[in-house]
Amino acid sequence: MSEALVEVKNVKKHFEIGNGVTLKAVDGVTFTINRGETLGLVGESGCGKSTLGRTMIRLYENTDGEVLFKGKNAHQIKGKDAAQFHRDVQMIFQDPQASLNPRMTVMDIIAEGLDIHGLSRGARADRVKELLELVGLSKAHASRFPHEFSGGQRQRIGIARALAVEPEFIIADEPISALDVSIQAQVVNLLEDLQQDRGLTYLFIAHDLSMVKHISTRIGVMYLGKMVEMASSFELYAEPLHPYTQALLSSIPIPDPTVARERIILQGDLPSPANAPSGCVFRTRCPKATPQCAAEVPEWKEVGSNHWVACHLYQ
Amino acid sequence: MTDHLLQVENLRVHFKTYGGEVQAVRGVTFHVDRGETVAVVGESGCGKSVTAQAIMGLIPNPPGRIVDGKITFDGKSITEMSKKELLAVRGSEIGMVFQDPMTALNPTMRVGTQIVEGFVRTHNVSKEEARKKAIEMLRLVGIPDPEKRVDQYPHEFSGGMRQRVVIAIALANTPKLVIADEPTTALDVTIQAQILDLLRELQEKQQLSIVIITHDLGVVAEIAHRAVVMYAGVVVETGSVEDIFASPKHPYTWGLMRSLPRIDGTEKERLVPIVGSPPDLFDPPKGCPFAARCQFAMEICEQQMPSVTDFENGHQAICWLHDSRAPKIDELVAAGRQAG
Ligand SMILES: Nc1ncnc2c1ncn2[C@@H]1O[C@H](COP(=O)(O)OP(=O)(O)OP(=O)(O)O)[C@@H](O)[C@H]1O
Ligand SMILES: Nc1ncnc2c1ncn2[C@@H]1O[C@H](COP(=O)(O)OP(=O)(O)O)[C@@H](O)[C@H]1O
Ligand code: SF4
Ligand code: SF4
Ligand SMILES: [Mg+2]
Ligand SMILES: [Mg+2]
Repeated sequence: MSEALVEVKNVKKHFEIGNGVTLKAVDGVTFTINRGETLGLVGESGCGKSTLGRTMIRLYENTDGEVLFKGKNAHQIKGKDAAQFHRDVQMIFQDPQASLNPRMTVMDIIAEGLDIHGLSRGARADRVKELLELVGLSKAHASRFPHEFSGGQRQRIGIARALAVEPEFIIADEPISALDVSIQAQVVNLLEDLQQDRGLTYLFIAHDLSMVKHISTRIGVMYLGKMVEMASSFELYAEPLHPYTQALLSSIPIPDPTVARERIILQGDLPSPANAPSGCVFRTRCPKATPQCAAEVPEWKEVGSNHWVACHLYQ
Repeated sequence: MTDHLLQVENLRVHFKTYGGEVQAVRGVTFHVDRGETVAVVGESGCGKSVTAQAIMGLIPNPPGRIVDGKITFDGKSITEMSKKELLAVRGSEIGMVFQDPMTALNPTMRVGTQIVEGFVRTHNVSKEEARKKAIEMLRLVGIPDPEKRVDQYPHEFSGGMRQRVVIAIALANTPKLVIADEPTTALDVTIQAQILDLLRELQEKQQLSIVIITHDLGVVAEIAHRAVVMYAGVVVETGSVEDIFASPKHPYTWGLMRSLPRIDGTEKERLVPIVGSPPDLFDPPKGCPFAARCQFAMEICEQQMPSVTDFENGHQAICWLHDSRAPKIDELVAAGRQAG
């Protein structure tokens, strides 16, 4: 049976952005991530994906709700437990250039997390060499600086750094978005291999739904701070229920000129999360909205086996 | 002579930098017909934007310079034009759309004024007529409430709406050609779908020719009639979109297609990446630019640049596999096709 590694319960992250305005970047999301699986997270820019990831890893305090990691409340653990949490949960970022210190050698970047273990110099170097090889680089790279590498190689360095502390759970925030198509596949395969070998659990955040579908066991779709649908990646594609998911899937250009598809072109733009619509947050762009949608917030509900959706059409 | 609207022939562009001379574009040839959309695809740094800049006469000099080649637009030679002539062509006959709409717009100027700036320069119109024209353009690109929007500033628009404004600016003088450099890369997919739809619709309405630069093969399949695949400053394959997707002829194109997951696929297959990374354009290889990453590379590939092989329907590729002396070409090509 699948065992829950991370439980996210009604988590909110609000920002006070001045003049008494509250921006509800994440506004009450609930889901579980099982050990060994990859949960993909998609949605338009600004919908709260990164904020959710950062709140889960405790880079942000939560406004409400709780994140349980192995049953313990991540925002309340202290001392030794907190130190262990910071090793167990690691993050890989979108821009490998910006997330690596340009004045540090690859050796020092990767070993940063190891240093609290007080390894000897030799053991430290051996471990870094091992990690470099694990991510497809060589020990000769250890003495170089980040700018001497290509984008794909820099992302490998970021992955090696995350792996140094032997985490169980990795939040990858757009890890391939800055990379070329021909390099993306290299990094995705690496992440898949590492998961196989080490039983890692991933939260994989991305814009590119094709890649998310490829790598994920299940996918969550966010819109304006809310989770609107979650299902196995196969089912989400085969049978999307939420009108936003349907539009999102139909918008993805397919690299095959012989495929003709019915496109759902959404009207209008994403509203500001500082001023979200009442009721269902998607109603201003939803082709199926009814008066009920403006009045009532749709409930987050399991409508099929492991298929969750928040929409009045299914309540 | 054929009636190509745009003809780029053997274009070479170099940039002088501290590290040496970057050979950004190394002999690029392609054409665009009237009413046609041509996509230029390839990974970052392969010379797509520099090619576009050259067509618009916008190569910054120094450090850049067109070392060789000829660009002909509507019968006129762009490469031989004076700055003044170029400005006239850019303002009225060629429109431009860039990746980041915010940098393309002037934040201190009303949207309407920006849209008709070029139009006012070339037509002798009253203030009122200009405003009417701006409203008409906003309506054309699908901005709701154009009478109100025309007096607003760019920061009051969302990313997708700003890109519509940039398209309105590009189209205000009814150009014959629009060059769009990654026009949807900075946008979300639902907004990208809106913009691609808009471009297609405008093309039909105005008999436009479009050069769209992208790294997304999905966008190519979606909007283009023909594609030009670039790698390390060189065109490695060109042809109709149907031919390129159905029977790609170059190992780089095969590799690109294999490295993509398909959203409509039903089984999970392992991706096949292209190993390694593109060559350094300070010192590009003298032979095939793809040789270091190509699983079919032969000895000759590193020594000498392959020449163009013509297939049906204008489909072309440069690869030694298509040389009549190359061994076992059919098997290799078949294997590559299957993989693709
Ligand atoms: N520190 C902060 N202070 C104020 N607002 C913030 C902060 N961080 C994020 N936001 C806002 O919260 C919302 C969600 O942002 P977030 O970065 O989570 O989006 P995202 O889904 O990751 O988008 P993208 O796809 O562009 O990365 C946005 O409106 C953003 O502007
Ligand atoms: N102004 C410039 N100065 C120096 N090098 C440049 C300049 N513009 C482009 N290049 C170089 O030319 C090559 C091609 O660039 P570009 O056409 O922008 O690539 P892309 O295909 O991603 O659009 C790259 O190596 C780039 O670094
Ligand atoms: S609740 Fe209403 S507005 Fe929201 S997605 Fe469902 S039908 Fe559309
Ligand atoms: S010329 Fe040789 S190296 Fe280049 S793509 Fe063809 S087979 Fe590969
Ligand atoms: Mg983000
Ligand atoms: Mg470019």
